Formats: sequence, structure tokens, C-alpha cells
Amino acid sequence: MKSKGILTLGWPAVTVARYFAGGLWVTQSALSFPIIRTAGLDGMLVTFADALSEPSNRATLAFSEAVKACAWPGVQEVSTSLASVFLRFDSAALCHAALKDLLLALLETQDWQQAALPPGRRLWRVPTVFGTGLAPQLAEAADAAGMSEAQAVESLGSARVRVLTIGFAPGQPYLGPLGAEWNLPRQTELTPQVPTGALVLAISQFVLFATTAPTGWRHVGQTGFRGFQLGAEDPIALRPGDEMIFTPVSRSDYDRFCLEDSHFGGASREEIPA
Amino acid sequence: MNALKVLRIGPLASIQDQGRPGQLQQGVSRGGAADLLALAEGAALLRQDMHLAALEMAGIGGLFEATSPMRIALTGAPMQASLDGENLAWNASHQMLAGQKLEIGAARKGVYGYLHLGGGIDSAVQLGARAVHLMSGLGNPVAVGDLLPCGADPGREVGLGLQAEDRFQGGALRIVEGFQSDLFDAEVRARFADTAFKRGGRANRMGVEMVSDGAGFAAAGQLNILSEIILPGDVQMTGDGKPFVLLREAQTTGGYPRIGTVLPCDLSKVAQAQAGVDLQFNWVSLDEGLAIQAKQDALMKALPSTCKPLLRDPALMQDLLSYQLVGGVISAQADPFDTGDIT
Repeated sequence: MKSKGILTLGWPAVTVARYFAGGLWVTQSALSFPIIRTAGLDGMLVTFADALSEPSNRATLAFSEAVKACAWPGVQEVSTSLASVFLRFDSAALCHAALKDLLLALLETQDWQQAALPPGRRLWRVPTVFGTGLAPQLAEAADAAGMSEAQAVESLGSARVRVLTIGFAPGQPYLGPLGAEWNLPRQTELTPQVPTGALVLAISQFVLFATTAPTGWRHVGQTGFRGFQLGAEDPIALRPGDEMIFTPVSRSDYDRFCLEDSHFGGASREEIPA
Repeated sequence: MNALKVLRIGPLASIQDQGRPGQLQQGVSRGGAADLLALAEGAALLRQDMHLAALEMAGIGGLFEATSPMRIALTGAPMQASLDGENLAWNASHQMLAGQKLEIGAARKGVYGYLHLGGGIDSAVQLGARAVHLMSGLGNPVAVGDLLPCGADPGREVGLGLQAEDRFQGGALRIVEGFQSDLFDAEVRARFADTAFKRGGRANRMGVEMVSDGAGFAAAGQLNILSEIILPGDVQMTGDGKPFVLLREAQTTGGYPRIGTVLPCDLSKVAQAQAGVDLQFNWVSLDEGLAIQAKQDALMKALPSTCKPLLRDPALMQDLLSYQLVGGVISAQADPFDTGDIT
């Protein structure tokens, strides 16, 4: 790649340096956030940052709620990724320029990075076995983070993380952000298969697998939590903005929880006061 | 229950419809038929709603038996088809009588062929659609012994045909720039459109690999971008700068950079390209893309009016009795008045 591209765009290389510096956003990029860009023929993307941080995800969740509340005619779908809000719309009913104007006006109504999170969020406490044969990569991850296994369990088991987005597969949450010490790169080799309920870690995030799948993230914990259950009253349990704590439990307690609660593996749920 | 029994079936045959648009927030990808035009054609031939489900067959069909009289239509990648040994026209609707066997062979060109039933395939609705999405745990591949249940079919008309748009031999794909196009140098984007591609060996309902001679198409620092929403038609570059065109069943988010998005109306051409077929990308502006897509949408809406009775030479018809000669009568058992349809 030509260095010209990197300099003019100022994107990825800066992102990584910035991330290691503590995860907080410094506006030295050529791009000035938030930015509105087209996505395909019938989509618009409002992006709050090019790196994951708590404020950028907060802005994303709050702005998404605000867009939904506006209920602009022609908007067919609103969804969020880690740091962007995506809108799909009927361009015959709402042209690109008009939608962009609406979005710009809404963006200017407040500082979205400081916005209150949407109401109706829940806190989930999920019994989790860290390490052992159930989650064989805890030791490796702890080592990469410069900790003992006990320290890693203490750190990961006490972290209160947010559902940053749901994606890749139905009901599968990306959770975080974890501290910078957990900014571990993805593995170069894929783990051929992790089971449903697997808690995997990379780049300062967890993913809680809602299905059985291969992954490049490290399998550090195992839960009995099923994020996607067809036939359940609410097939997809989690919503972006929910929070989770993965409480360390023994293997025998884990087995008992899974036996008693085949859906959520003994997880508890409480409303987060608005 | 009116149903079509599966006596033999190729691998990767599955029930598909328009998929599940509008559920990205739950991580549910759109999915649905790989060739939506084929779904619309089948609906037009049977004079029914294009949201009904059909059987999608990848590369090869199967052997089916009607447990009761039913109407069928065949669209998409043209495959050899016969009813009790009599050849059937592709891109056409036909009558099946109880006990008759329908045999569908290999695709002569293209990849995905479709078998439509009058009333649609009335399988279980999951998350708002019947479309099977294996990776999401939604439904199963069709297997030998399965009964494909027919929905209520108020229609009677068969023996219609249409001229299908030939999207089975590759060609030019119209592509618009998107939110990550700027990650690629202008020179790379220009070279991308100047390159002759062939469909590579790796392809499924999620995406299709494109191969070419010469350098790849990497973005600046492409391994470090934040995972972002995936749209059907996005052309993502893997680590070695090799393009994949993502189809409607692709996962909802991804971390590989996308150079642009192929227009929805050209995705049938991508899905239907067999390995080795020539393909090429043409950049179009957003306004051009919108105009092209609007024109295609209008053509799709007009499909029912393009369906015409099949022309048959009676001298070549070996078994006149197997054809429906009297409108409104579909079998000796059926009462044409029992549905209230007396047209």
C-alpha cells in the first residue's frame, strides 16, 4: 500500500495507536465525526468514531433510539453496529439529500457522546466457568494479557460489560469494552468449533456465542446462556444496551444451573433504572 | 395435506422466500432466495404472490411425487425437467396430477433453479419467514422422504411461459461506492473496474469469490478497521486483497473492508455465475444506480403481464391426455367450484 493512502485517510494506523493510548478519542483524523455516508443504494450510515469506545457506543445507542422515535416516513429499518447507526430507507419516498438533512439536524440537537442511554435496559448476571476443559484458552489469554489465571478470572469475572451490538448471528452479542490489557489480537488460526454459550475474547471485547461456530477469538469461559432460542416467547434474549456480568462459578454449580435452566443457565435479569 | 414428496434430492436444496429484511438489530441476516428474480418469475407464472416460498435447488434438482393434484412452475438456472418422462418447458407453469413424478436434473447453465408450487410451500414460519438459513439454525436442508406442503392454491391457470432475462452467464456488474470505498486508493478502485474477473471456486449463498490475474485489491491498513454492517452486494476484500461479493445470506457484520456495493438487481447474476464464468465491475454513480434499480423494479412488477400461454404443436404431443385441455378442470377428483373460483 502506498503511504499516501494512509496519510490522507488517517484511518486504521492512527486508530490502533490511539487505542493503545487508552481508548479515548483524540480528533486528529482527516475525518471529522460524526459522519454521514451512503451504504449501498438504500442505506445511510451515521458513524460516531472509527474506534470502539464507551462514548462512541453510547452515542450510537442513544442516536438510534432518537432516530426511531422520529419515525420519519420512508425509513424502513434502523440498526446499530459498534459505533454507527444504519438506516435503510425507501429512496422513492425519502431522497438521500432530505434524509441527510434530517440526520444532520438531529445530530446537532445534543452531544450524543454524553447522551443518556435508552431506557428499558437490563442487567444480566450469568454463571460462568472460566478455564478448565470447558473453556480451554483462559490460560493462554491470561498469559497474553500478562496476568495469572486467577487474576484473569478476577478481572473478567467482575467486569460489567455492555451489549455493544448484536451481530454476525441471530442474538449474538458483542460485549465491552474491556480494559486495554485485554486488547488481544484475534488468533491467526480459527478454532474449528466452540459450543453455544461460549464466552470468547479478543480486541477488548467478549462475544457470547448464540450458536455453535468456528472462531478466531479465544474461548475463555463457558455459560449455559442461549441468546437465540426458536420457539421461546422472546427468541432473542438480549438487546443492545443491556449489561452483563459473567459471575465465576465452579464446574459443579455450572452443571446444576444448566440442568435447572436449559435456556439461560441460571442467569438472573433485572431492570436497570433509567 | 397436499404435498410434494421428495424421492431424491441434490445437496443444498432448501426452501427459500424473500427472507427476513428488517432484523439486522437482532443479528438476523436477510437471507432468502439467492435469485430473487427467479422467485418473482415463478410467482408471475402461477399468478400468485411473490412472497410465497419455493424450493431452491443448487446445481442439481431431484425426483418428486405429487400426493395430490398441484400446479408447479420452474424458473432460475435452466435444468432438465420431465413429468412422468415427458419433457417440461423451463420458465413455465405446469399441472401435476396425483402420483405423477417430476424429475429435475442438472443445471445447463447458472447455479440455482427453483421449483414453485401453487399456493407456495407452506413450511413453518420462523422469525417471520420460511427461508432456511442453516448457519443461523433456521430450518434444515430438504431431505429424501420430506413432504413439501402446499399452501391453499386458489389458482387454476397453468401452461404459461415467459422469456427469462439471461443472468446465467456472468457479465458486467454495476457497483456503487459506499462508506468504506475511500479506504481504497483511487488507483485501486480504477484498476478494480479494469480487471477481468472469473468466478472463483469458493461460493455459496453467503458470498462468491472473484479471481483475477495480477495484484490484489487491498485497502490501507485493512486489518484494523472496526467491524461494520454488511449489506447484500458488498464487495469485501479478504486479507490477501481478493474480492468476495457478499449475498443476502452473509452475516450481518464484518471486519473486512468493502470497496463498494453491487446493485441489488445485479445480485442474481452473481449468484447464478458458475465457477470460471467471466465477470466485471462497472462503477456507477448513486443516481445512475438508483435509476437502473428503479427500471429493474418496474420490470419485475410487470412480469405477470409478460407470461404467455406456451405454444405446443399437438402433433408432437405424445400424450394429449396429460395436458390440461379444459380451463378450470384440474383433475377428475377436484371440484373447480369448491374454492368459489369459477373463472
